[in-house]
Amino acid sequence: MARLAEYADARELTWNLTLRELRGRYKRSVLGWTWSLLNPLSTVLVFSVVFKFFLKIEPPVGDPSGLHNFALFLLCGLVAWNYLSNGMNASMDSLVSNRNLIEKVYFPREILVVSTVMSLLVSLLIELAVLAVILLIVGNMVIPWIPIALVVVAIQTLFVLGIGLLLSVLNVYFRDVKHLMAIVLQALFYSAPIVYPMSLVPEKADLFGWVIPLRTIYELNPLVTLVETYRDVLYDLRFPPVGDVAYLLAWSVGVFAVGLWVFNRLDGRLAEEV
Amino acid sequence: MSAGSAIVVDDVSKRFRLYHERNRSLKAAFLRGRRARYEEFWALSDVSLEVADGATFGLIGENGSGKSTLLKCMAKILRPEKGSITSRGRISALLELGAGFHPELSGRENVFLNGSILGLSKRQVTQRFDEIVDFAGLEHFIDTPVKNYSSGMYVRLGFSVAINVDPDILLVDEVLAVGDADFQRKCMEKFADLKAKGNTIVLVSHGLESVRNLCDEAAHLEHGQLRRLGPAADVVDDYLGAVYAGGQRQDGDHGMRWGSGEARLERLELLDASDQPVKRTRTGDSVTFRLHYAAEERIEAPVFGMALHTIEGMHVTGPNTRDSSGIPKEIDGGGFVDLRVDRLLLVPGTYDLTAAIYDSTLTHPFDYRYRAFRFDVEPGDPREEHGVMSLGGFWTAGTPTH
Repeated sequence: MARLAEYADARELTWNLTLRELRGRYKRSVLGWTWSLLNPLSTVLVFSVVFKFFLKIEPPVGDPSGLHNFALFLLCGLVAWNYLSNGMNASMDSLVSNRNLIEKVYFPREILVVSTVMSLLVSLLIELAVLAVILLIVGNMVIPWIPIALVVVAIQTLFVLGIGLLLSVLNVYFRDVKHLMAIVLQALFYSAPIVYPMSLVPEKADLFGWVIPLRTIYELNPLVTLVETYRDVLYDLRFPPVGDVAYLLAWSVGVFAVGLWVFNRLDGRLAEEV
Repeated sequence: MSAGSAIVVDDVSKRFRLYHERNRSLKAAFLRGRRARYEEFWALSDVSLEVADGATFGLIGENGSGKSTLLKCMAKILRPEKGSITSRGRISALLELGAGFHPELSGRENVFLNGSILGLSKRQVTQRFDEIVDFAGLEHFIDTPVKNYSSGMYVRLGFSVAINVDPDILLVDEVLAVGDADFQRKCMEKFADLKAKGNTIVLVSHGLESVRNLCDEAAHLEHGQLRRLGPAADVVDDYLGAVYAGGQRQDGDHGMRWGSGEARLERLELLDASDQPVKRTRTGDSVTFRLHYAAEERIEAPVFGMALHTIEGMHVTGPNTRDSSGIPKEIDGGGFVDLRVDRLLLVPGTYDLTAAIYDSTLTHPFDYRYRAFRFDVEPGDPREEHGVMSLGGFWTAGTPTH
């Protein structure tokens, strides 16, 4: 209970540290916050060119939206992926780079991870807004679906927070968690239908003579569910299956609980170990 | 916890791990078996004490005695392995000034950020903003990024925010004793204000005089154990007694020593008017600093020098035999040189004596003993307490003759 009261007291600090991240991010750059718009726009441009002329993967047709555009198909998955991978990377640094605070001032240390993730959440929301405008321009009436997208964002935030808490504290004790995660992230990127449509994943695969139900195993990955859910809402303009949302929510709650538990187990000696 | 206590430290022990080879990589962890090799070191063992509500409490002890560790445990930065610490009211710890300042942000933005790190709400910072800026004397620079501040400005702003936090319990490490004399004076005045307002203050300090003057109660820690607890003046006296009981601290904490060793300083003494070795004296007393040496070979025109530092580290003076007529002409074997002082005009406080023997060119040290002897100066005549020295002057008053 005392812990909960501390969290409540620390809301303002969380917000201020988030602002510090956000304000510090584009300081000394001429364009400043324009970058947060330019980054997603340039991604759309690059992928549009690449997939229009070089890599001619046929994107699925949005059902029921009828949208048929690979760059947008990609972007709907990519925003979710960027949030997760940036969240994991930034969380890992959040404790180590705030060593002087941890050694000198007491506050619930979770705040450092939370404010890092919050600052990325702001970036995500900007990216989603840019994406929504582009979707509207090409004729995808996305506005009624925005509340549902925000629910998905909230569920993903819980997931990112959980994994961020876990990785941040592990990275204090083992600095090569960071290098390990670089490899893991690369594998994760291709484990979900971000750059390719789900239809390319075969139902069954033959592995040394064993026939394995590849598609079923593939779909166990919560990242697959996450990307598909974003696409349901933004690209196809339809309600995601309730089962998918429940699956995602269960994972998020589970990861968050584990992350918080591990963090609380290990944060007692942070000031000594960081 | 009894009614009148702000902090109760109950049987607290804190262990540190001294790693031989840090398992910062997973590979090392697997190869060596799960555990890194380390030695355990108890920085605090079974410490119990209470800080009364509204009291100013001093923690003293040698370097490594655990006083800073105890303060960090009170601040919840470190978690003790055994025992518990309960506290009532909001705690603010001043262990570093300007912790969490972001170099790219302006002074204004950093005041709000630092304030909230120290536990203030935005409204509270807004209320105190003018006072904070005024105190730091940075009106013209408040919208400049702090990376462009001088280190002095940085510290002033940090201190100004920190001191305006006004918590129920303020934990202060001696970091606050840095800065120029003016800054220290401001700092001391502010502490006196807080004390008068009834805030509880816990102060970790090497400055025994400030503990004696500012604190009601004090605890003396030694190797992580509570050696003495009681009224501040008694504990400080007892501490000084303990420090000097073991001889002259010739190889004490501050006993950094270097030199080529052809001649060595065997012993440093402070003698009173009747040539008796003492460890404390009074302002205005006649004293002699005696440096006993032993030379293994004949050395011509050696230079004996000494320096006095306040316990806070300010260099007060540094007389040497070369500047004044060059005695002795040569040394061979044992002997001593004296610096006679008719009236010691140091104000009350604790001072460290450094002594050295150099060759005639002052480029080659035979023996250099840095802050090897510590002594106390008590109030005497003239009865002064500000700064480090008295001018030994006399006040007179008169009226205009026409």
